[in-house]
Amino acid sequence: MPELDVGLKVRVQQEKPVPINSEIHCAPGELIALIGPSGGGKTTLLRMIAGLANPAEGQISCSGETWLDIEQGKSLSPQQRRIGYVFQDYALFPHMSAIHNIEAALLHLPKANRRNKSSDLIEMVNLGGLENRLPAQLSGGQRQRIALARALARDPKVLLMDEPFSAVDQVTRRKLQYELVQLRQRINLPIIFVTHDLNDAMLLADRIYAISHGVTLQNGPPLELICYPDNVAVARLMDLKNIFAGQVIGHDEDNEVTRIKWLDYELEARLQTKYNPGVTVNWVIPPSYIVLHRRHRPSYGERENPVHGVVGELTVMGENTVISMWMNGQQDQRLSLTVSSHVAERNFLTVEAEISVSLLQQGVHLMPLQNREKPV
Amino acid sequence: MEWNALDLSLSLAFWTCVILLPLAVLIGRALAWNHFRGKAFVEALVAVPLVLPPTVLGYYLILSFGGNSTIGRVYEAVTGHGLVFTFDGLLLASIIFNLPFAVQPMQRAFEGVPMNIREAAWCSGMSNWITFWRIELPLAWTGMLSALVLTFAHTLGECGVVLMKGGNIPEQTRTLSIAIYDRVQMFDYSSAGIMSALLLSLSVIAITFVYLVGYRRRRDHA
Repeated sequence: MPELDVGLKVRVQQEKPVPINSEIHCAPGELIALIGPSGGGKTTLLRMIAGLANPAEGQISCSGETWLDIEQGKSLSPQQRRIGYVFQDYALFPHMSAIHNIEAALLHLPKANRRNKSSDLIEMVNLGGLENRLPAQLSGGQRQRIALARALARDPKVLLMDEPFSAVDQVTRRKLQYELVQLRQRINLPIIFVTHDLNDAMLLADRIYAISHGVTLQNGPPLELICYPDNVAVARLMDLKNIFAGQVIGHDEDNEVTRIKWLDYELEARLQTKYNPGVTVNWVIPPSYIVLHRRHRPSYGERENPVHGVVGELTVMGENTVISMWMNGQQDQRLSLTVSSHVAERNFLTVEAEISVSLLQQGVHLMPLQNREKPV
Repeated sequence: MEWNALDLSLSLAFWTCVILLPLAVLIGRALAWNHFRGKAFVEALVAVPLVLPPTVLGYYLILSFGGNSTIGRVYEAVTGHGLVFTFDGLLLASIIFNLPFAVQPMQRAFEGVPMNIREAAWCSGMSNWITFWRIELPLAWTGMLSALVLTFAHTLGECGVVLMKGGNIPEQTRTLSIAIYDRVQMFDYSSAGIMSALLLSLSVIAITFVYLVGYRRRRDHA
């Protein structure tokens, strides 16, 4: 884990126009993804870091330099902050060629040095030969690369990217993601990117900040948020579908197990002693912790939290098949699981087929009961 | 053909453009990007010459800049001549009645420059001044061209305000449009026809040019 005494530190608060109450720490070389629903304040946070918007309260510092301190009445302009910002639609200067777009961010250098540096940056983003093209003559991926090169031209102290992959096709997206991973190894900057695509965040980020209504609900490594969300809101942001309500029966600390009651089942969960016996909780299980039992061929692993139901819906989506399993035949208690399509075929899975699955104990995670949340 | 009148009209149009365009850039830019209380009223004031009868505008200009007004007296004390029935007065009136023709195209052009392009310039380290010169103005050039052409053509054609404010003094305030009026009064349809044809041609060319620029702007932003 990189040290946090350097890098970017953000603590901002405001009520209007978009409510924000967030703290972010990003170390040099660390890549943080801000995820959350649209209008939740992610882009506003990025704009505050860049100096394009000011919060009502808060401090922002980078590499030991204070960029914003509302109490002290200090707020550096975007020009003074030395940030690299890749805008959502790239915001390239439409009347300038690719190389001039990059040189526009190099005005602090003597004229003679600008061309060398911008040529290096063009090469770095693999766009040699396209220097003289206008943005309108470039593809979406090429524009993104120019925007990235321009953002890096000033030797920024932090790199900010707003939905950097949203305007490109899937193939280009994978390519750009790969290039970003490679770029990270060459630059030692705090990098923050906003995305609405969970896959981008899971693939690229060291840590994810789950943000809703401007408030950081939870931050941590991607797997931590997937497996151990703090609450139902985070679980939903992480696109976890299997969220249910159950009652804590008791804890077995020797075996590191917490037992809960759900429908007619007594399930074993990861040990979580903070919930007292008798308490009703929400619980969640990531899809990778649900194992389909082979039909007609029972095996040892089926002893772990076996539950039974019928296939309510079955949707083949290319290589994978999404199954909605109606527990005990009840439509309002659905367990969603994804299996390989060939597994679905081999097991003769069809609608109304009776199936059983194991809910792996390490994947069953308890959360405080969300009162207003209707248990799924 | 009254060459003196043509010369005076061209001279008036030229100086109106020289003085008004920088003002229009500033006012148009401010109106495009700033939201303030009373903005609608300011926009209405700029647009008023479009709908006001020229005689009304001329009347108020005489009242505001005449020999009995403060501005008129100060101006006369400084320059030795007044603002009514002089070229200077005509120029001032021309600047005022051309405001909408210069400001509105500029405002529309600046409104067409996306905010995030300006923000990208700031994040690239450009000061507000450099952003204005290197980003905003080049992207708003079509508006500037439209403003220039419209102002020039409209100045050549304006008659009512000129007559009210400047009178009809040969080589001082007698513009081409006044000369046409005079010739018709004198039943000299031949001279009036030549001068009218000239103004008509200039107007058609100017408006065609403005439309062409508009097409180009839409294509650039497509």
